[in-house]
Amino acid sequence: MVTLGDYLFVSGLLFTIGFAGVLLRRNIIIIFMSLELMLNAANLSLVAFSRARVDAAGLPNYHGQVFVFFIITVAAAEVAVGLAIIVALYRARRTTHVEDINMLKF
Amino acid sequence: MSPFFFWTASALMLIFGAAVIINRNPIASALSLVVSFLGMAALFMSLDAFFIGIIQVLVYAGAVMVLFLFIVMLLDLRAEERRKINFVAFAGGVAVAVIFFGQLYLVIGHLRQARLPFPALAVAPQDDVHSIGLLLFGNYNLPFQVIAVLILVATVGVIVLSKRELH
Repeated sequence: MVTLGDYLFVSGLLFTIGFAGVLLRRNIIIIFMSLELMLNAANLSLVAFSRARVDAAGLPNYHGQVFVFFIITVAAAEVAVGLAIIVALYRARRTTHVEDINMLKF
Repeated sequence: MSPFFFWTASALMLIFGAAVIINRNPIASALSLVVSFLGMAALFMSLDAFFIGIIQVLVYAGAVMVLFLFIVMLLDLRAEERRKINFVAFAGGVAVAVIFFGQLYLVIGHLRQARLPFPALAVAPQDDVHSIGLLLFGNYNLPFQVIAVLILVATVGVIVLSKRELH
């Protein structure tokens, strides 16, 4: 029997993979993909909680799914803007390696 | 939902999610991310969230990934050459991730509700697109319109960013 805990476990594992990607990788595009993985992990928890909180009429709690809808919309907008920034950065600096982009350091 | 289906979809999602950060080649990473998102869509379907599952396939596996692949190919990024790994930073990153997961695991283990199976659903009088749509245009009307403005701002922002001359 699959429980809410199993979904939360898988979601936490996926979030950790994305978190490790942000911390360990130095390619800015891979870091961006890891951010998407973390957003997705949060979505999975929200949908699992929505399914676990069944209301009196026997329907899942749709508020959680509306929240996921908003997160997906914001993530799509974020990807568009973020990739435009990366392209602008690449045109200026010819690199996507974060250790070569340290103008703001110190 | 059968446990076999759940664990297959989860394993697919997690293995390809790990492949995203392990691959050296950005194109391989982007394609692994597509498979990971499809596994996630299967998990959404297993939670009876059909609308969210479809949106996941359309928006993430469709639009977002095409954008990623497009940018990776546009910038002509090859597999990055191996650089000297800063070993202290690498070990620190792994340690932080492992500690984070350990804490999360403890919290889930202490959650009593997490050990119960999912309650049964009644036969819905309407499909979930209908219910989510009612909430979206009723309760969440203002956030919905704010999101519309946000997307407009993002569109204008992307055009400004890609048209500006960078000297």
